[in-house]
Order: sequence, then structure tokens, then C-alpha cells
Amino acid sequence: MTSLSPSGGLPILSILIFAPLIAAAVALALRSDRAVRWWAFLSSAAIGLFSLLLLREFNPAVPDFQYVEHKVWIERLGIHYTLGIDGISLLLVLLTTLITPLCVLASWRYIKDRVKEFMVCLLVMETAMVGVFAALDFVLFFIFWEAMLIPMSVMIGVWGGPRKVYAAIKFFIYTMSGSILLLVAIIALRMQTGTFNIPGLMNRPYDPAFQLWIFGAFFISFAIKVPMFPFHTWLPAAHVEAPTAGSVILASVLLKMGTYGFLRFCLPITPYASVYFSEAILWLSVIAIIYGGLAALAQSDLKKIVAYSSVGHMGFATLGIFSLVQNGVTGGALVMINHGVSTGALFVAVGIIYERLHTRELGAAAGLGKQMPGFAGFLGLFCLSSLAFPGTNSFIGEFLVLGGAFAAATRIALWAVPGVVVAAAYNLRMLQRVAFGGTNNPDHSGVSPLDFREVATLACFAVFVLWIGLQPGPFVELMEASIQNILNIVAAAAPGATDAAVALQ
Amino acid sequence: MEIVNDSRLLWAVLTPLVGAGLVMATGKRPNLREAVSFVSAVVLFGIVVSLIPAIRAGQTLTWTLFELLPGLSFTLRADALSMVFALVASFLWTLTVFYSAGYMRGLQEHAQTRFNTCFALAIFGAIGCAFSDNLLTLYLFYEIVSITTYPLVAHHQDEEGYEGARKYLVYLTTTAKALILPAMVLIYVLSGTLDFAHDITTGILPAGVHNTVVVALYIACLLGFAKNGIMPLHHWLPGAMVAPTPVSALLHAVAVVKVGVFSTVRVMLYVFGTDTMTALNLGLPTAWFVSITILLASVIALSKDNLKSRLAYSTVSQLSYIVLGVALLTPHGIEGGIVHIANHAFSKITLFFCAGAIYVATHKKNISEMDGLGRAMPWTFGAFAIASLSMIGVPPVAGFISKWYLVLGAWDAGSIGLMVVLLTSTLLNAAYFAPVAYRAFFAAPPPGDADRQYREASPAMVVPLTITAVLSVLIGIFPDFFMQFVQAVVP
Repeated sequence: MTSLSPSGGLPILSILIFAPLIAAAVALALRSDRAVRWWAFLSSAAIGLFSLLLLREFNPAVPDFQYVEHKVWIERLGIHYTLGIDGISLLLVLLTTLITPLCVLASWRYIKDRVKEFMVCLLVMETAMVGVFAALDFVLFFIFWEAMLIPMSVMIGVWGGPRKVYAAIKFFIYTMSGSILLLVAIIALRMQTGTFNIPGLMNRPYDPAFQLWIFGAFFISFAIKVPMFPFHTWLPAAHVEAPTAGSVILASVLLKMGTYGFLRFCLPITPYASVYFSEAILWLSVIAIIYGGLAALAQSDLKKIVAYSSVGHMGFATLGIFSLVQNGVTGGALVMINHGVSTGALFVAVGIIYERLHTRELGAAAGLGKQMPGFAGFLGLFCLSSLAFPGTNSFIGEFLVLGGAFAAATRIALWAVPGVVVAAAYNLRMLQRVAFGGTNNPDHSGVSPLDFREVATLACFAVFVLWIGLQPGPFVELMEASIQNILNIVAAAAPGATDAAVALQ
Repeated sequence: MEIVNDSRLLWAVLTPLVGAGLVMATGKRPNLREAVSFVSAVVLFGIVVSLIPAIRAGQTLTWTLFELLPGLSFTLRADALSMVFALVASFLWTLTVFYSAGYMRGLQEHAQTRFNTCFALAIFGAIGCAFSDNLLTLYLFYEIVSITTYPLVAHHQDEEGYEGARKYLVYLTTTAKALILPAMVLIYVLSGTLDFAHDITTGILPAGVHNTVVVALYIACLLGFAKNGIMPLHHWLPGAMVAPTPVSALLHAVAVVKVGVFSTVRVMLYVFGTDTMTALNLGLPTAWFVSITILLASVIALSKDNLKSRLAYSTVSQLSYIVLGVALLTPHGIEGGIVHIANHAFSKITLFFCAGAIYVATHKKNISEMDGLGRAMPWTFGAFAIASLSMIGVPPVAGFISKWYLVLGAWDAGSIGLMVVLLTSTLLNAAYFAPVAYRAFFAAPPPGDADRQYREASPAMVVPLTITAVLSVLIGIFPDFFMQFVQAVVP
């Protein structure tokens, strides 16, 4: 593994991981809610800006891990403090650092009680999330992975809706049981190889049977996180009860950890098993796409619509990843980012409706567009983005995923098409009702238009919707080499796996 | 063929978009708002006209908006085929602005700003389709048209409006998502590009693709652009007649439906190409398939008493003429099909303009109530009669030219059967259009109407419909203006 250490040896990744923790500690010392809000916003925004430094010296042409930091941590157990990012994790780290300040803004008025504790939770979350994407030591990864659970459960359990305790416990138990399998897999790998170093575990000639077991443990753990059908039932509950910022973090970043796990661990560490199971996973993805879409279509609660739509979108991500061809995996990775942007934006939008009407019923929000035309415009953009309208971010991702899936398994990919139609149906239904439906609802008479803070939050999302939608090239370039590298490992371990694509060409 | 980069294409597409923004901004001052619409329309038409010399000189103009990934871009192109549609759509928008102002104010409709904004956006989509250089760009603008016309169809926001608009959106987006999107992805996977070919023969599909795949893609494209009104996916169009009449006139006789047939024709000729279609024998089966629509829609039109419904089914029928002509794959057939995009547009917009003028002046929607109205509204019904003659295909009105070429094309293709279809449909056209004008001029008004003094609608409406009627005659007498472009399409 080459060790590049640019930026004059400045440990950027460590700074990005621990700065939110320090900011959280400072927040604890602040007295007034107002000060806490401003501090949380300014510090997270500063961290977000600082994270852009990563782009400056990142070399997208090489697939190696970059910004690598290495310290021996617990020598006797072989545990190291190793950090590093490749093109895939770079984008996810940036997504995390940039979305956190927006979460603070989205909680400005929504969170009224225990503001300080909430903001501390949010900042601690950021530490854990960046840590997960940057860790290159399996134990370190696992620590961050577990560390996320607690602040997230607290966010749902304390600031959530009426059934918050149920949702928090369900979330916790579900993800916890996945984590245990992950831990088992980590220990098994360590016993086999004697290392926790993630790059060192990749591309080794493991016994196929061993791979199948490891893959099984990985898969269940990550599939719960994604969540893939049939492990998705915790998601709607958690989303519906979580406060806006919780939903945004959950959708934008936490779900990505599942697909990130597939890309970082399943494909390069257990390539044989990945190919072995790929067809089954493609089918599961298609089921998720159709099931998530139909379930979203049946909801009348705005948050549930968006929550179930996540199941469908993440189905596209896994469909792309397990197509195991360049276009498909690139598309899948792009869908991860896009889903973070579009779904995050939709949750913020739903939060804005909730703050005004104190309900999330679609019927009650019908016709709101008349009072809030600017909001209707933003909602329109985000709904179109969510249904993969050409020119918005999701389109290019889904296009590449479908292209990859067609190349790899045309018959399975055709089944994803009804999912695309259903996605258009539920998004347009929601948009139609909110922007255009109903007549004059007396409850809407006192509704205030968007204030500056809300416009700024939504505008940030909108910029990325159009930016990725119209100029996806630079985003794709960042990931290209890393993805090619992963696919090379897969192709070497399972010759013939990618022949399907060649045959069709 | 010379390919030239030309930023005027960008301006052409931006004009209605900026126009829509300005219309929204000036919504509080209706006169200014209408002036903005008119200026946008005139500027757009001016830009399109300014492209004529270059196209005449045999150039193809292009302009890349956004390069997404290799082989995947949003790019504009103006060639002879685009010009036929772009000229018609942009010119008729200038007239519709006046008509629309007269209609909407005459009926004191609500939400006129939203209406005008969406109208401009729909034109934005239509012009974008006309100037698309690849399937992706075409798909983008096609979808923009679907979305932006929704509020126009649902304009009245009553149950009927929502129902019609829901059907509209369900038909149009479902077909686009379920058929066009996968077809597009597959074409990209197979050929690595979505850019249209530069002539109508070769297409872009590489050799060696399995015939079944090509046929499946072809069927997906034929049915997927459901705005072309080919049965059985035509139901959205009669449903969309709940919209205010200017929408029915410009959008559901010209812009939207022509986006459908234009896209179909573009894909047939520039993605598949006549060589592939001939090799796989796709032409005549397509022609026979759309013949069903031509005849059946005419029969349904006969049974409709509601004037707008009758016109809607007439449109369904006439759109399939265009597809039929191109599917003949003979030079005359293709020419007849494409020129019908223009010829049908001028005549059908006249008919809808008349229907709207009659409704504003008398609040009558049914043909059976229009006995004797021709004497009170001679200009309106006179224009209606002329446009009817064009629909039937009587010389020297525009429709005759198309029909002449179509029949020639069918003869060249050696299909007596299709000639019979064309002639039968002519009889049917006569059967459902002639009585309207006849009753208006020659039947006695019903007793209740005798003492009511009906008058022509406002000049804002009557002048545009007179102009389009006169133009229907002029392009019938001087067909060369459009034929020069049409003949440039066919080598």
C-alpha cells in the first residue's frame, strides 16, 4: 500500500474526525440555546469548508488510499489507528461534512427542548460518520460503526414523535444484531490472516467456502443498514419518529454505510462470494425497488412516502453495485450520493411543512403551494430529482445503474423498470397534492412563507441536485479509478463474472 | 453535410424559458404580462426564422449545452426536420398569445399568470424537442412538456379537471418511463451513444444486434412516445380537452401532440434508419397498425357531439397520417408524413380557435346546439369551413398536399390496401366535419336562439383564427415553403 501524505503532513482526516467532537465539548459549556445553535452551525460549517481541502491534493487517477495516517494503537492485539480514503469514501466524507451544517439549520426551530444536547448528539454523530468512511483498520471501523448507534438512537428516542421509544429501540436492536455478525466476520478474518488492516485483507486467495461464510455475515449486517428488502422494517419507523435532522442524517449518510460496506468489504475481500451471490442480490434489489415504490405510493404520511422511497432508491444502488460492471457500480455509487442529496432535501422539505402545520398528513398539506409558491418550486425540484427526471442528479445515477444492469443481466434489469414508473407516480402524487391539490384550506391562511434560513438550506440542496445532474463528470472521475480497482479484484478472483457484459457488447 | 456550432440554438431554447420567468414576475400587471408573452414568442420566431438560410444551405447547426459523460450529453441540433416543427410551433405561439388573452379574459378565468407561465414552459419543451440532437435531450424535453402541461390541463381545478389531468400524466409519464427510458438505456449500452444519425438511412444501432432486440426497441419507441396518440394509448388526448381551449389549440393540436409524432419520426428515421426498418420489414406493419388508429378514431369522432371531443379524435386520426407516411419508407411517403406536421397544425389550430370562440361567444360546446350560428358568426364559421376542407384534403387547402404525397407514397410502396385506407379516411373526415359547417350556415336556429343576438367573439380571438385559416390556404397554394425542408430530409 502506498502511503501518500500530502498537505505538508497535516492530518486532515484526523482533524475532520475529532474537530466535531471538540466542537461538541465546547457546545456543552455554552449556556443559551441561541449560542448553542450558532456555535453548532458555525463549527460544522467550518468543518465542512475545511473538508473541501481534501479535494485539493486528492489524485483521482490512482486507486490507492490517500491521506493515509498510521499509528500503532494496541500493539499486542495488532490494532492500529489507520485512516485513508479513496475516491468512493472521499465523496461520502464530503457528503457527511457538508450535510451536517444543513442539519443544524433544519433543526433551528424544529428542536425546542434540550437544544444543547441535540446539537452535541449531532456533532458526535459527525465524528462517528466521518470515522466510518475514513477508517482503514477493521477494529477502528467497528468502533466508529458502533459509536454511531448511540447518538442516533438518542436522537430518535428523545426528540422523536409519539412512538419514539418504540422506533429507537427497534432501530437499535436491528442494527445491533447486524453489527454482531460483522464483529464475528472481523474476528474470523483476523484469525485467518492475522491482520485488521483493511487494504491488507483485500485481494487474498481465501478458500471459497470461507468467503461464502464471511460474505453471509457481511451481507446481513450491511443489508440491514441499507436497508435491503426484507431487512427494511426498522426504517419507516425510525424515519417517521425521528426529528428532521435525524431523518436527514439517517437517509443521507447512515444508509450509505450499508452500500459502502458492500463496496469496501464484500467485493474486494470476498470477491468469489460476491459473484456467487450476485444474481440473488440483484433480485432482492429489484424487489426492493418495486416494493419500496408501491409502499410509498400507498402512504398518506409525507415522511413515510419519503422513507419508503429510500428503500427503492437504495435498491437501485445495490442493483448497480452487484451488476459488477463499471457503469453499474459507478451508477450505484452515484445513486448513493444522489440519494443523500435528494432524500435529505425531501426530509427537510417535509420538516418545513410539519413546522407550519404540525401534521405530516398529505391531505392536510394539499394546496399548500398556493400560500408558499417558492416552497412549491423547491419541492417540485426535489420530487423531480427523486423520480430521476433527466437533468437532475438521480437521473444519471439510475441511467448508469440500468445500463450496467442491462449489460449484466437484462432479464433482471427489466424488472426494475416498473419501479421507475412507480417512483414517478408517488413523487408526482405528492407534488401534485402539495403544490396544486385541494382548494383553499383555512388552516393554511396563517402559514408563513419561507424565511431566509430555510431558503438557504433548500438552495444548498438544489445546487447539488442540478450540479450533479448537469455535470456528473467530475464526480464520476473521482471514483472511477477506485471502482475499476475493485472490479479488477473481482474479475481476477472470479474469471468470467464480467463476461456477460462483454458478450452483450 | 456541414456541421456548424451555432449559439442561436441556445437562445432559441432560452427565450421561452426566460419568457416564462418574466411572465411570472409581471403577473400582477396583466397587460405587461401578455406583452412579455408576445415579445418572447416574436423573439423566438425571429430566431427560428434566422436559422433558415443556414439550413437551406445544407448545414446542420448544433450546440452542446452540457456534456454529462462520454456519449451522453444535452445537445441541440437544427436540421431540416427540426425546422418544420420549430417554425410551426414558434409562429403559432405568437398568434395564440392574442387568442389566449382574449379567451381567458373573456371568460374571466382564474390563475392566468400560472397559465401563461406554464404555457411558455410548454413551448420551451416543444422547441427543445424540435432542436434535440440526441435521444437523451429529446427525452428531457419530452418529459418537460409532460410536466409543465399538467397544470394547464388541470387548470379549472375541479373534479373533471383533476381527473383528465391525472389520466394525462399517467398515460404520458408511464409510457415514457416504462418504454422510452429502458429503450434509451439499452440503445446506449448497445451503441455507446445516443446521438441521432445525420441522415435517415443508417441509424445508430451497430450491426450484429439481434433482430428481436431491435424489433423490441422499435415497438417500445413507437408506443412509448404516447403523445403521438397512436391507439391504444390515445385516451389521454380526449381527456385533456377539459383544459381551456387555447391549450387544446396550441398544445393539443400543435405543440404537445406534434412533440409526440416528431419524436416518433425522429427516432424511426435517425435512430433506426430506413435501412434497418426495410431490412427487418418494420415499415408496412407499422403503417397497417396506425391505419387502425386512422379509421377507428374517425369513426369515434363521428359519434361525438361535443365539438372539442370531435376535434380531439380527429387529431388522433390525423397524427397517425404522419406516422403512416414515414412508415411507408418511400420518399413521397416520408415527405407527405413530415409536411403533414405543418399542414395539420395550421388547420387544426384554426378549428380549435373556432371552437373556443364559439364557446366564449355563446357558451355552447355541442355541435347539435350550433344550428344557424354561422349567420351570427360568419368569420368564425367561415374559418372553420376552410380548415375542415383542409382536414378532408380538398385542394387547394393545405391538407390536400399531405394527402397527395401520402397516396403517392402508398402507391410507390405498392400497397393498394393503404391507399384504400387513406381514401376511406377522407370520406370519414368529410362525414364528421362537413355537417358542422353545413348546420351552422344552413340549418334553422333552434326556437330558443331565434331572439338571442349572438355576435362574434372579441377581435383578439377572431383575428388569429382568420389568419390561421388564410395561412392554411396559402401553404396549400404555395407548398414550397415547407416542402423545401421536407425534401432536404429525404436524400
